[in-house]
Formats: sequence, C-alpha cells, structure tokens
Amino acid sequence: MSMRVFVPRDAAALSVGAHEVAEAVSRAAAARGVEITLVRNGSRGLFWLEPLLEVETQAGRIAFGPVRAEDVDLLFDAGFRPLTEHPLCLGLTEEIPYLKRQERLTFARCGITDPLSLADYRAHGGYRGLARAVTMAGEAVVEEVVQSGLRGRGGAGFPTGIKWKTVLGASADQKYIVCNADEGDSGTYADRMIMEGDPFVLIEGMTIAGLAVGATQGYVYIRSEYPHAFRQMTRAVEIARAAGYLGADVHGSGRAFDLHLRLGAGAYICGEETSLLESLEGKRGIIRYKPPLPAHKGLFGKPTVINNVISLATVPIVLDRGAAFYRDFGMGRSRGTLPIQLAGNVKHAGLIEKAFGLTLRELIYDYGGGTATGRPLRAVQVGGPLGAYFPESLLDLPLDYEAFAAQKGMVGHGGVVVFDDTVDLARQARFAMEFCAIESCGKCTPCRIGSTRGVEVIDRIIAGQNRGANLTLLDDLCATMLDGSLCALGGLTPLPVQSAVKHFPEDFDRPAPRIAAE
Amino acid sequence: MTQRASWDAGTASALIAERAALPGGLLPILHALQEHFGYVDAAAVPMVAEALNLSRAEVHGVVTFYHDFRQAPPGRHVVRVCRAEACQSMGADRLVEHIKGRLGIDFHETTADGRCTLEQVFCLGNCACSPAVMLDGKLHGRVDAARFDQLMAKSEGQR
Repeated sequence: MSMRVFVPRDAAALSVGAHEVAEAVSRAAAARGVEITLVRNGSRGLFWLEPLLEVETQAGRIAFGPVRAEDVDLLFDAGFRPLTEHPLCLGLTEEIPYLKRQERLTFARCGITDPLSLADYRAHGGYRGLARAVTMAGEAVVEEVVQSGLRGRGGAGFPTGIKWKTVLGASADQKYIVCNADEGDSGTYADRMIMEGDPFVLIEGMTIAGLAVGATQGYVYIRSEYPHAFRQMTRAVEIARAAGYLGADVHGSGRAFDLHLRLGAGAYICGEETSLLESLEGKRGIIRYKPPLPAHKGLFGKPTVINNVISLATVPIVLDRGAAFYRDFGMGRSRGTLPIQLAGNVKHAGLIEKAFGLTLRELIYDYGGGTATGRPLRAVQVGGPLGAYFPESLLDLPLDYEAFAAQKGMVGHGGVVVFDDTVDLARQARFAMEFCAIESCGKCTPCRIGSTRGVEVIDRIIAGQNRGANLTLLDDLCATMLDGSLCALGGLTPLPVQSAVKHFPEDFDRPAPRIAAE
Repeated sequence: MTQRASWDAGTASALIAERAALPGGLLPILHALQEHFGYVDAAAVPMVAEALNLSRAEVHGVVTFYHDFRQAPPGRHVVRVCRAEACQSMGADRLVEHIKGRLGIDFHETTADGRCTLEQVFCLGNCACSPAVMLDGKLHGRVDAARFDQLMAKSEGQR
C-alpha cells in the first residue's frame, strides 16, 4: 500500500522551506524504491512547526516538525515509525493540544485535505451546504444566514444575513457577489490560508450567496501581495467550473453562477468595500460616499453583496449544519467562531479558531506560550493597523465585538500581534499615522492631511517639544479624524494612537533623543 | 532573477487588446504590462486610454494611485521587505536598516548597477513567520540579516 505523506503548499510553509522538504521526500522515496503519495495540503496553522510533515498511519496522521530538507533522509531511515523516539516527532497531529482544543468550523478541512481535490473536498463534507441551498428558496437561505448570527469577519462585524437580505430585496437585471480578499491588516492571514488551503469552501460560499440573492456573477478581489493564493484560486475555479459547480447550470440546479478573479495592486484602502468596488471597476481606489450602500448600488452600479473571505467561507457550514448549530457557539451578540491569527513576537504563532469569548491571556499564554524572545510581554495590538494597543493589564478581555468596542478597541479581522518590552509605543503611534498617510485615498481632509499632521505632532512629542500642548493637539486631531473621516482608515487610525497614549503614557514622556534636541 | 522584455509597442498592444473587453479591465491590463516589461511605460498610457475609451489622465491617475505600478524599469532583482506591525515586533526595523545598508539604497530606489530595487510593503500575510521578505516574487519567512544575505547571494548565483 502506498504511504501518504503530507507537506503543505501554504505560502507561509513555503516561505520557511516546505518546497525543499517536499522535493527531498520525493527524492528519498525514489532512492529507496518506496511507493508514496505526496499530498500538498494547506497549513494546519501551527506555524512555528512549519514545515510540518505528516505521515498517514493506521492510528491516524503522525506529525513531524519543523522539518528541514536534510532531516528527510533520517525520517525515511527510521521508517517514520519509532515515532516517539525521533526528536522531530509530534505524535498524532489531531492530539497536538494547540489543535485539539480548537473549534474548527470554517477551517474544518484546512491542512487536512488536498486543496485542489474535489473528491477530497466532498469526502470531508464539502458541497453539502450547496446541496441543501439549491433545494431552498432564496429567502429561506438568507434567513438561515441571518439566524446563524454570522457577522462580517472582515472587521466591521456587520450581520452578513442583513446585507444579503437587502440585495435579495433589490430588483435589478444583474446582481453581484464580491469577495473581499484584500487582507491588508498586519497580523492577519486567515483569508490567505483558506484560499490556499481550502479554496472550494470559498467558492461554495459565494455560490450559495449567488443563488440566495439572485446574483449570477461573482468577483474575488485578491491582494497582489498574495500571488500564491491567486494562483491556487485560479486553479480551484477552473476545477469547480469543469465539474459543473460553476457556470450556466450550477450543480444541476438549472441556475447560473460564475466566478472571476481580480488582482489588487498594493493599496491598503482597497480593503474598504467601496474603494474595492472602484478598483474592480478599473479606477483609482477612492472610497465612495454612503449611501447609496453597495447592496443597492455596488459593482458597476448594481446591487452587490460584498463580504470578507471568512464570512463567505463560513456560509457552507451554516447551510450544512443549520443556523442553530453555528449560533450555539460564542457569547453575547458575537455568535459562532472566530479564526484568530496569533502573530508577531509570540512563541507559538498560528491560527486558532475558537468560539468567541476566549480571553487574550488564554490566547497568548495557553496557546501562544508567551513571547518568542522570552522577554516580558508589553503590548498587544488586536485588529490590524487600525486596532488598539492593549497593555498586560487588559489581557483578560474576552474576544467579543462589544467587549472590545467598550475598551475603545476592535476585534477586526481577528489578528493579534504581540510585542515584548522592547517596543516603544510612541514610535508605534507615529507608525499608525505614517501608515495612514501612505495609504490614505485622499478623498477626505481629516485622513489625507490629518495623518501627515499627526506624524509631525508625534515627532514633536518624541523630540520633547512642548509636550503637554502637543499631546492636547494630538487628542484634538484624533477627534477630528475620528468624527470627520469618510471611512474606517482615517476614522480608526486614532485607535492605535490614543490607546498608546492612554495605556503607555511613559513612552511619550521619555528624555528626548539627543539628536532631536540639538 | 526575473526575465523581463524591453519595451515594444506591438507586444503591449496585443497584451492590451486581449484584456480590453474585460469588465473593469484597466487593472488586469496594467498588471499584464508590468509583468511582461517590469513596469508600465509612459508610451503605454495613451494606448491603454485609446483601447478603453478613457482619457490619458484617467489612466495616468490609476497607474500612479496604486503602489504596485512602476513607471521605470526595476533592477534585475526586486526586494520587498515588510514594514508592518507583526514584522516590526520581530525586528523588521533592524532588518530594513541592514538591507538598506547592504544594498546602499533607500526604498523605491534601484542600485546604480541596476542589480536590485528595494521596496517596502505593508504585510505579506506571513505574520506568524516574521520578519518577512519577498524576493523576486518568492516569499521568505523568519528572515534575519544573515538569512537575507544568504538569499541575496543565492539569487545572485542564479544569474
């Protein structure tokens, strides 16, 4: 019997040598005349263990990691068997506590299946949601999504089903489903993992959305920083189309839905939905005034559902298992699970999908194992570059949209970036303003000009010039940006800035660097 | 290193024509031009405008809005280093200083010998394996000064 060996083809795994490991596996097998089937799966999301190699056994899949190409021969010599004895052996993959304690719904297949095998996808529950959806009226599908409590995982947390309901109720000759795969927040990579590790789940989710609201065309807008995800999605769409899951007659339903892929061009602002639509139309990514909402006048002026990758990739399980099953996870008004991306200066960085309610402390210490450098943790930024910096004393905050909002922060897309005690929060605040200045689309003054003035004011504070007055000015500037900006970029940049000032005032009161004082 | 063709209007015209009918085809056209030539030549702007029935100003506006599109040929190697928060937390600032020092250039510059172009990027989605660098389109994780030097030496060797 041919032995199945798994080596991920996830971009992060490749970035630390998975391709070289896969080549070494093929070479070693050929040299020994051992018949193997090499599966290039997605990543399990245990990134400190990448490249993670798995071997299928009677008992289940056994993991080894992090494996280097030069380790492969030794693994073959040991027959992958005396498992506990090999220093790289991690035992049964499913029993690794980091993975075992998770509640993987959206990521149920990621890292397990061959991402481009439809047979694998179906064998692991794929296309069951669509099979149910095609038997239902559009209204019933939309109602199922509403009832599940699913909220937009892109960051804003707007109820997904409500968006769908608006588009369903709009009458037009053409409607669109647009997937926002412009995952620009630092510290986030869940969209990338899904597109590379389980692309059919996104295609299925978009297809269900299309059938539900009466849209026959869908677009996936993928950021250009993700060339690997773009290639993987391109192949997956071709495979799904060839198998009749996309096209004029979706899965024998008699209804049409097809998908097109578009590449972004390195503009963070295009993660904002109206800017993304402008970009899809071939224009500068300048945001639009709202109203009209995209649900009324979206892509090419037509009613458009625009959702994040994770929101759409969660739809198949909602339809498959029912709204109540999904809603039973979570806390308060944050229902279901959140794929959290633990990143930065943390020992065990990776993807953790858990029901809402997990605290930052549990996340960073129980899963993350503390900082990678071993130094004391000082700050955590949650929700990307527009998210607040929290100090150690706020780590008992549960991951919940409302709990974070109450602390002037946001869950956002679920990215959690850990910093040790070498971080200077005045510099981080400056960076937030600098980033806003670089990425501002320029449409509104508070964001375009305010961000540049913000960098200057923070520079003066760091240089020790008139600190009290400049801190007041910074506060005033933040209030203007918050209240006066047209979209979340200018409107939320004050979050990291003001949280840094509030929780880490000592960093804004250090002796001025000599060079600046001269 | 990436092989790139030098500017030629005939090829550009074909690349444009193939995509002119796509809904919202301007970005796909600009990507195709840049992938082929390494940049978007000024001579392409009126050609694209003509094909899409846009003004030259509109096309120029799009080319200059997006960080990706270059208006001059890049060096033989393109280094994109991530400056975003997750990479910062793992020493990206130090890595950036090292790279600038080693190449002797700042961001958005190309070495005098045309060997290398340096660009900043805000997140490559490799935040669990920070710091991250993309070299000629290939992503690398856990990059420190020594590993960067190795990667550069290796890519130079393939020349």
